[in-house]
Amino acid sequence: MSKAKTDGAITTTQPVKFYQVGSFAVGNRLVDPSLRTVQADAARTNAITSGHRACQGCGEALGARYVLDAAMRATGGKLVAVNATGCLEVFTTPYPETSWQLPWLHSLFGNAASVATGVAAALEVQGRNDVRVIAQAGDGGTVDIGFGCLSGMFERNDDVLFVCYDNEAYMNTGVQRSGATPPAARTATTEAVGREPGNPFDQGKNLPRLAMAHGIRYVATATVADLHDLEAKVERAMDFRGARYLHLLVPCPLGWSSAPADTIRIARLAKESGLFPVFEAVDGEVTAASGIRRLVPVEEYLRLQGRFRHLFDSSGAVAKTDIVARLQKLADANIERFGLLQPEVT
Amino acid sequence: MLSQLEGSRAVAGAVVCCRPQVVCAYPITPQTHIVEAIGASVKSRQLKHCRFINVESEFAAMSVAIGASATGARAYTATASQGLLFMIEAVYNAAGLGLPVVMTLANRAIGAPINIWNDHSDAMAVRDSGWVMLFAEDNQTATDLHVQAFRLAEELSLPVMVCVDGYVLTHATERVDVPTQEQVDAFLPPYKPRQVLDPADPVSIGAMVGPEAFTEVRYLAHAKQLQALERIGEVAGEFAEGFGRHSGGLVSTYHVEDAEVVIVALGSVLGTIKDATDELRANGARVGVVGITSFRPFPLDVLREAIGDARKVVVVERAFSAGFGGVLSTDVGLAISDAKARLSTVVAGLGGRAVTEAGLIGVFEDALGDRLEALRFLDLDKDVVDRELARMAGTRRSGPSAENVLRDLGTVASGAL
Repeated sequence: MSKAKTDGAITTTQPVKFYQVGSFAVGNRLVDPSLRTVQADAARTNAITSGHRACQGCGEALGARYVLDAAMRATGGKLVAVNATGCLEVFTTPYPETSWQLPWLHSLFGNAASVATGVAAALEVQGRNDVRVIAQAGDGGTVDIGFGCLSGMFERNDDVLFVCYDNEAYMNTGVQRSGATPPAARTATTEAVGREPGNPFDQGKNLPRLAMAHGIRYVATATVADLHDLEAKVERAMDFRGARYLHLLVPCPLGWSSAPADTIRIARLAKESGLFPVFEAVDGEVTAASGIRRLVPVEEYLRLQGRFRHLFDSSGAVAKTDIVARLQKLADANIERFGLLQPEVT
Repeated sequence: MLSQLEGSRAVAGAVVCCRPQVVCAYPITPQTHIVEAIGASVKSRQLKHCRFINVESEFAAMSVAIGASATGARAYTATASQGLLFMIEAVYNAAGLGLPVVMTLANRAIGAPINIWNDHSDAMAVRDSGWVMLFAEDNQTATDLHVQAFRLAEELSLPVMVCVDGYVLTHATERVDVPTQEQVDAFLPPYKPRQVLDPADPVSIGAMVGPEAFTEVRYLAHAKQLQALERIGEVAGEFAEGFGRHSGGLVSTYHVEDAEVVIVALGSVLGTIKDATDELRANGARVGVVGITSFRPFPLDVLREAIGDARKVVVVERAFSAGFGGVLSTDVGLAISDAKARLSTVVAGLGGRAVTEAGLIGVFEDALGDRLEALRFLDLDKDVVDRELARMAGTRRSGPSAENVLRDLGTVASGAL
């Protein structure tokens, strides 16, 4: 892992964590078994076992399985998961068909962080410090209704890894805007009509930076496109005690009006365009960022998603050049802030 | 051990003896002294093996308790008024999940207008949440009910709320026989959860339940309350054996045997009601009192029996349902629906207004003389109300009513009444 310079600017990026075969393909077959992903291991726990009711191409279902299997391996299977209300809770549990292969508690939409605090406190007071706690929520349960409890958990530095599966809107209730919905995106409550179609600019919360501002030990972002990176961050998070935060971008074919087969591609383009910076921060400071390997204009990311269709004409050419330019500016600002075009240092 | 103690301190002492393992605290008057005292006990290591967590809201307090209880820890918190309403979603959730959290509710009015003084509006707002709700008449009962609450909660896997009148009890200093650690240890076994988050035996808790099973799961909550109806009296009996005094039970009665008029009430106002009853009995009036300790589960049969052949029942309530009338009265009315007794509701002591013995004697005399109407607001200044109604009728922009009423009265809000 490379280090950031002490002047505050991020001048180095972390090495890629997957084996490179001279192309942009990500392969496991040629890798030494010890370097393979948890998901490549036939003996993985399958913390969320198959047969659940997620949509085809659901990024959240993938992301949650990746996260929990990695955390299960990191903790030797001594893990408790607390879940906010939302898609993940609904599609995994219509009883008696639970998908959860670990102890799992769902209470309410807005209180996952606090419930996890209670679980961690109960484990500590019973001398069970070997058992670790993960709380998980969608972006609604994280940045909006759950933010009060999350902020409290952060500032108390409770021993919980909180994972936000960010699909950028309230999908379970029918694709309404959240505080994590990007500008210009169409949702059921930010329709693609009027002079400023979709979600307004200059709104929303940047939760990873808010988490860093709490000074918690570890904050990371990731996407479901980069499995090695995601698993490494989960494992690193479990090396720390205290409050930790992982913000995972999980495309939602239903809410984003995208092809289920494009989930991974869209997640990758979110990172490669600079719209979704992938980085790590320790003790409130960014320590590493995943560099962009093949920079793409934001329109390549937007074009695959029906929620941005109003920005294009029927031939697929950009129709709303001003709006796309504003989105490009956001991507450029991320690239600048996190040094995403710096040469990778290994 | 007999002590001269503030009610909050006595309650805190009892809770500490119950060895809670996770206590979450968020300050709200008039509950705060309780968690402050418990926090000091944890920090001074008088109470060992306990995490005292300062949370950022009441919603978080109950949520932390939920997580702790589901992980096998004995969990406690306390709140009042707006705090209870802020956590209400989690209050229902704790009951729905069947988690034996114990909570003190230091009863206080609900705004607007904001008011920090005592009434029972907060408790009534969670009447249907599925919690066992016990009301304390005095600080000895408040103290003892907490010890019984943990026992009941954990036996039945149900949360239990102990309602203690704000200020009237929480801030009153009086003689209390505080339980000793040895007594409590003999009475209250360690918590053995019915369900627990344990990697060695993973379970899913809080799964989605559809129409195919929701009714049955909800009925189980009712069935457990019915079990509580049996156990509350038995637990009070076992408490009496271990501690040498009677506290708790479903109801308490006072001179009901030959009573012509029976007064029914919850909480600390029962003391004043009993004084008024003594006064009336000295003059030959046949008045009796039933205090309801267990509001949920509601003891319909026991109450019916206690009221007996009285021809008049007066329910004195520190809360009401706007547009309807009494809340407790509805339940009492159901208990006596087959009896000939006529029911009156007296709404008294809202927002900390003192309920005086003289005021109550007037009401009970009216009841004895068949002059008490079906719904009376005790000591209501009807002239002030009428003048504000006239202002509202006279001009559209009559302004905020609460402020108009205060201006009319010419007093500064002080709780002086």
